[in-house]
This record gives sequence, C-alpha cells and structure tokens, in this order.
Amino acid sequence: MATRFKPDETFRDDFRYANSDDAIMRFPFPFGEDGYMYGVNIEPHTRPGSTGAFAVAFDVDEHYVAECAERATVLALEPGRCLVLPHMREAEWDTLELIMESLAADYPDQFTLERSGDVWTWTNRPLNIHQTFRFGDATTLLHPPFEYITRQAQGDFTLQDQRDGTLYIDGGIATVPADWSLAFDVGMTFHEWHGPVPLAHQAGVFDRALQYLMRVRYGHPARRLNWTMTINPRLDTSPENYPLWGPDRTILDAENIATRLFLRVELQTFYRLPRSNALLFGIRTYLASLADLTRVPKWGCRLHRVMRDLHPDIIGYKGLSRYHELLVAYLAQFDDGTTTTAGTDPEVAVLPS
Amino acid sequence: MMDGQTLMLVVAGTTSVAPGLRRVHLLAADGARLPPAAAGAHITVSLPTSSLSGRLRNSYTLVTADPERGYELIVRRADRSRGGSQHIHEALSIGDVIEATVPHNLFALHSQAKKHLLIGGGIGVTPLLAFLARLRETKALFELHQIASPAETGVFTALLAPAAGERIHVHAGRAGLDLPALLAAQPLGTHVYVCGPAGLMDGVDTCAAALGWPASHVHREDFGAAGGEPFKLTLARSGIALDVAGDQTMLEAIEAAGVDTPSLCRGGACGVCMLPVLDGEPEHRDHFLSPAERAAGCHIMPCVSRSRSATLVLDI
Repeated sequence: MATRFKPDETFRDDFRYANSDDAIMRFPFPFGEDGYMYGVNIEPHTRPGSTGAFAVAFDVDEHYVAECAERATVLALEPGRCLVLPHMREAEWDTLELIMESLAADYPDQFTLERSGDVWTWTNRPLNIHQTFRFGDATTLLHPPFEYITRQAQGDFTLQDQRDGTLYIDGGIATVPADWSLAFDVGMTFHEWHGPVPLAHQAGVFDRALQYLMRVRYGHPARRLNWTMTINPRLDTSPENYPLWGPDRTILDAENIATRLFLRVELQTFYRLPRSNALLFGIRTYLASLADLTRVPKWGCRLHRVMRDLHPDIIGYKGLSRYHELLVAYLAQFDDGTTTTAGTDPEVAVLPS
Repeated sequence: MMDGQTLMLVVAGTTSVAPGLRRVHLLAADGARLPPAAAGAHITVSLPTSSLSGRLRNSYTLVTADPERGYELIVRRADRSRGGSQHIHEALSIGDVIEATVPHNLFALHSQAKKHLLIGGGIGVTPLLAFLARLRETKALFELHQIASPAETGVFTALLAPAAGERIHVHAGRAGLDLPALLAAQPLGTHVYVCGPAGLMDGVDTCAAALGWPASHVHREDFGAAGGEPFKLTLARSGIALDVAGDQTMLEAIEAAGVDTPSLCRGGACGVCMLPVLDGEPEHRDHFLSPAERAAGCHIMPCVSRSRSATLVLDI
C-alpha cells in the first residue's frame, strides 16, 4: 500500500502530529522482555524485523514530508546542526550514493536514480525534487553532498572515521537529537562521546560494541534500538534548545500524560562506506504517545513492567526522574499480571480502537 | 535492502606484466555497476583447483576499483601455489566468470597522517599502487620504497613508472634499503604502511617500535582472519555430527544442520549465541568472554570462534 504522507504535521509550536493505526502497528517497539538493561543489542540489518520499519535500509513513513520540512526549519535557524570535518568529504559522497541507491531500490515509485558516468539524475517525488548533478563535484548541488541527501531522509546521521583503534565522530547532522549536541561531540572518540551513559561502561558494553562496529563490513550493515521519552511530539530536543523543551517536563499530569508523553525510539543503523572506509551511523527516530502504544495490549503491559523496574541511574540519565512515578502509576492499569511472551510482536492483527 | 551480496565477475582482460606477474581486469558479469572501494581494499575470489575440495579462496588487493571501469588485480604466480595463482596464470581466460566477495578494507590510509611512508616488498606493491593514485589525487605528502629482487627491479620500476618521481625508489634486495635510517628520518606525524613478505612487515614493526613510533602509526596489510581450517563438530544433545567448512562459521554449520539456536549480532560481541563446550580446544575470536573464561574453555561463541582440535563437542 502506498504511503500517504501528512505534509501538514508539525513537531513544534502547535504539535500537529498523529500516528495512523498502520504507523502504530509498525512502530519499532524496543522492549522484547519485561525489563531493560544496557547490552550489546546489535544485530545484522539484513534480517526481517518484527515490523515493517526494519524491512528496508532507510525507512520512509507517513511523517517523511513533514520531517524533512522540520529539518529545513532547524537548519535555517541553526546551520551548525550539520557539521562535517574536511577529511570526511569522500564519506559525504559515499552517504549520498548509499541513501540514493537504497531509497530508489526500496521505493521505486517515489525515488529514482539515473546514472550515466559521473552525471547523475535524482528524482524525489514526495519532495518534488528533480536534480541533475555531477557525482564528486559539490558545486553542482544546492548543499554539500552529505547535507543535500540527509535533508531528504528522516532521522539524524553521523559519520565516523576509523583510526587509531577507535571511531571518531567527525561529521553529522543532528536536527532530531535526543539531548546530545553534535557541535559538542564532533571530533570525540567512541568512548568519549558515550562518556555520560551510566552502567554500560562498567559492564564492558562499549568495549564490545566498538570492536563489533569497527568490523562492520561493506554490504553487511548492522542495527540496534535505543529509546528515551519526550514530552510532546518534539523532534528537536537538542541541548542548544533546552530552555525551549526542558520545562515541558513540569506540565505532565494524570490527565494529559497519555497524549503528551511519547516513547521515543531510535532505530540505529551502521553502514561501512566503500570509498572512505568510514562508518555511517543512522539514527531514525520514531515517536508514539502512551495512548498510541497502550492500544497494543502486550506493549501496554510490558511498558508498565519495564518502567516500574527501571534502574534508578537509567531513570536519571534518560531524564525521566521528574515524572517517573506518574508514568508508572498511569501504566499500571494496562498490566493485568499475566505472563507476556518474549519478543516485540504486537500479537494483534488489527489494532483495538 | 542492501545485503552482503557475492559478486559475479567476468574476466575482461588479462595481461602479462612480467614473467610470473599477471594483471587481471574484472567487470560485473551482468554489466551492472560494481561497488566502489577505497585504496587498500581487497576482494576474496573463489577459484577452481585440481584438489578434491573443488575451490580455493584467495584474497587479492584491488589495484584499481571503479564502479564502471571495473577492478584490476596483479597476481604473482606463487612458487608453491595451492592452485589459485596457478589457475590465474595458466587457465583464466577472457569471458570466465568468477565469484568474489564485495570489497573489504583492513589496510586503509590514515586520515590524519602528515606524511605517508609506503614500503613494499615484491608483489606487496599492489596496495601501494592503489595508495599512490589516491595520494596523488589528494596531493598528500608521501614517499615510496619498493624492494624487488635484483632480477626484477626493472619490472617494478616499470610498474611504478606512471607515478615516477623523486619520491619513488626501487631497491635491489632488502639489503638495498636502510630501514632504521629511513624510519629515523621521518617527520613527526608520519604513518608507515608496509606490504610484503612477513619478514619485511615484522622488520618494519620492530624497527618502528625500537625508534619509538606509536603503534597506531604503523600499518601492515591484513586480509583478516575470516574462516580458517575446517573441523568436525559434534552436537552432543542433538546427536548430530557435522563438518564446519573453512569458509563457514560454526553457527552457520549448526543452522544448516537444522538445529535452532539463538543468535543476535553474529560478530562475537553480544554473547547471545554462547554455547557450552564439552570437549575439544576452542579457538576464541570473540570480544565477549573474559580472559579467565577463555582459559576455562567451557564456553564458545559459535558466530566467530573456531576449533584448534580436529573435533569440538558442544552441549546442544
């Protein structure tokens, strides 16, 4: 079924945002069991996942057009949200090629890439873009190649240079960040930019994950899920704009928490880039309100148990402290005490209304 | 979705560079674009052999790699060939189709090097040819030293001729290159890349370390340790005995035998596929087990690890 885009959605001010039943059913629910702790939850991005969100390289859903408009808004206000260090130029073209090839292959009705030597023509029908350019010649595009193509993709992206036995975050675009700053992190090593995460360092999670990621091969992408929570369907929760969204944590109450509090899931993907040998890190963000998610009985029940038993350090790190008690109290009504089945499968063919 | 596809390559041309050196030009068999590759990348090709096993996997550096113009290899006929280089020299013909992996790079140029010092020994020139093209294109500072047997200095001088200049030197025999003096004379921030016989690569490692070079500034060609020797696997609880082929992981062999066992990352990091070992000596290649756990030999990650003993017995 062709995706019906919703170009009038907004992720700020009046927050005109909603998930269709389809969008809820394909939500990449991150909890496969009744508890949560950090681990190396990385797997190949080539196997089918529990929902359609995992089935393609770069997922395009009903929010695509509106999310691209939101990205343009943020970049117009703060051009520094896209930063690429000079030695990553080749990785920029790698990224452009990978995303164009993937979108054209996965959504042939929406995207087309025609190539004749270095002269490429890119057609993006949802955004009404038809562009002929010379691959490798940045003067033939409206923006530098990495920014050009990531303005046409949902979610944030970073570029890692692999050297000295680690990964350096040497470029990226972050208009949809879950409270991290590209300008602050750029140039850091893998362990440096993960510095603030509690518990996982001691458990050796980052050492093992780094070894795995440095071995990600071209043609063998990997993925994992990460999550946090956001008040209102706000994509830009950047530290730069904390004064705009931080106070939102004080507005939640028992009446509005179902519709105002969103589970924010990042479908993270890792691609080895062929020309630069860099690693492209995709952070594809999905938002669903508690009201949306609890329509799936298994998810509502599990969400209660995960949140109730969450480690205090994780509650603090993810910024849930102020409303955690309220959240658990609200979710309790969806937990009937029965045993849940392993895995994230919603186990309902049609969403109960 | 992009998958780890195998490439089917057609031989578009082969030329003799010198006695025992053959240049092979490969294109996609279906005429499509090939994956691009960075300088230093290699592919692993499957070649027929005379032995009973039927095929042999050899890794070769890509001398050039272009999605449309194709890949170029230069292959030396090995004195004691397992059959791979012999096949390329004696039998490979235009139009032949060979199977290869997509390019993989474990010998990449360092993005922050102030200067690149390239040292090649014999056929180890192949990645240096790819580096040269790249370093010239980016106008980077470099210096190249190629060691050749006295009889072959002419061959290697000719191979490097298109890039010739005062920064390229061909030495007759290893004695022709004063390695300690060369390394000692390099400016701070230099990275050295060496490809050739193990003795040469070890020599550069040792010499650089003795001079106080940081290990992160010393790079040697590496095709990786994917696969290994075949071995036998016994699944005690399932009552199944099976063979793990040299180019297959233990996990793949277990799955192929129809035994369902959980796995996640398939890269030795998550620990999900861990299995108990009842007998045999594991060859651990994972990043999950602690040194103590490895020494105990009680558990193994079948997604990456292998067996040192001819047979490994697992409790599954």
